[in-house]
Amino acid sequence: MQNTQIPEYAIETKNLFVFYGSFAAVSEVNLKIEKQKVTAIIGPSGCGKSTLLRAFNRMNDFVPSSYVTGEVLMRGQNIYGSNIDPVEVRRNIGMVFQKPNPFPKSIYENIAWGARINGFKGNMDELVEQSLRGAALWEEVKDLLKKNAYELSGGQQQRLCIARTIAIQPDIILMDEPASALDPISTLRIEELMQELKKNYTIIIVTHNMQQAARVSDYTAMMMLEKDGSRSGTVIEFSETKKIFTNPKDKRTEDYVTGRFG
Amino acid sequence: MIRKTFESEIQQVKDEVLLLGSMVEHAIIGSVEALKKRDIKASEKIMAEDNEINKKRFAIENQLMILIATQQPMAHDLRLLASCMEIISELERMGDYAKGIANINLRMGEEPLLKPLIDIPRMAQKGADMLHRALSAFINEDVEAAKGIPVEDDEVDALYNQVYRELMTFIIQDPKSIERANWLLWVAHNLERVADRVTNICERTVFIATGEFSEIKSSDDEFWKK
Repeated sequence: MQNTQIPEYAIETKNLFVFYGSFAAVSEVNLKIEKQKVTAIIGPSGCGKSTLLRAFNRMNDFVPSSYVTGEVLMRGQNIYGSNIDPVEVRRNIGMVFQKPNPFPKSIYENIAWGARINGFKGNMDELVEQSLRGAALWEEVKDLLKKNAYELSGGQQQRLCIARTIAIQPDIILMDEPASALDPISTLRIEELMQELKKNYTIIIVTHNMQQAARVSDYTAMMMLEKDGSRSGTVIEFSETKKIFTNPKDKRTEDYVTGRFG
Repeated sequence: MIRKTFESEIQQVKDEVLLLGSMVEHAIIGSVEALKKRDIKASEKIMAEDNEINKKRFAIENQLMILIATQQPMAHDLRLLASCMEIISELERMGDYAKGIANINLRMGEEPLLKPLIDIPRMAQKGADMLHRALSAFINEDVEAAKGIPVEDDEVDALYNQVYRELMTFIIQDPKSIERANWLLWVAHNLERVADRVTNICERTVFIATGEFSEIKSSDDEFWKK
């Protein structure tokens, strides 16, 4: 992707719809995601949070019959444009999933492998160390680099996945419930790590845990199924996190964040 | 979905705040009544009851802390609970003013009142009445009512001004009356402060309902310029 001009936002969506066949899972999303901030997407189950997140790196392409309308602008270009290579898009956007999914390889190889196939030609040892430091894991694993990643705890595995992501130096990191399978201490580590990561990356996180959204994010997008019973999700309120949790404008946001929805 | 447990706990806190408010109201009226009648026993009772007011305030504060820690309130709930913290502190201070008035009655000993009390009981009545309505507005989250009450502070200020001028006249006519005049001036000052603090409660009510902090204008600043 070429830089035509320096865009103001990390991601900007214009009238974005995501369809599965004839069903619009996500409708009419117009978001401007700030660079180097943490943006949380919250909302009840089935409202399209993960679908929207996956639209940002064209992960939905893997779902047969799925397509989008509207635009997702990154670096000033629509990532769904006809001349865009989805693999190239994903290279700029890392993703961390709910369940840690390291490769069944050594800790070292977990980081080196992705970098190698992405054509990394520099000093691999340095890259591994930098990435592990960036994910706040280095001190715990520096003497275990040859060990299989599966021997790490769940929280360590998740940080390894984050290290693997930052090794390819993306602009944006998408996190889909990154701490929901972790214990409270590991969760706290990931949350603290996000504050470090946002100095260099734009982070978008989907979470069911409202307190987590309140703690870690700068902006919050509240999603909800549309009223008309269409079962299509949309962003009903998007604002600074401090506003969403102290004085939301939409009654449905108020009901959700005060725990009166559902 | 209704958060039954949480909602009933919020209701309990609001009831407790109201109860604290009525204790304070009672103390304000009672302290002036006792002074007017030079009833030492009644003033002693007011002073003892101030301990109950303080205890109640701490109990509510504790209840609020537990609710915040265990229920993680957000949005309106958060504004309400945080504001209750502020309101109970205002109420407790108003209780202290009543205690101060009771204390003056005790310190006056055998000295008679400089003059029969007329405007001072009016100030107490007006302040207590404003407090009563401010707490109703708080419970009902009635923004219009909350915005209307602080203006009435002008009446209390006018009475205070009147008391002040009257007492100055006594002092000028007979400098030996300074101490007795000063006692009454202090009483009037305490009552003037009560009305000011009612304004703070009204501002909290507006904040709970709207999420906006706004200072409700009273002409208090101008009063001090006079």
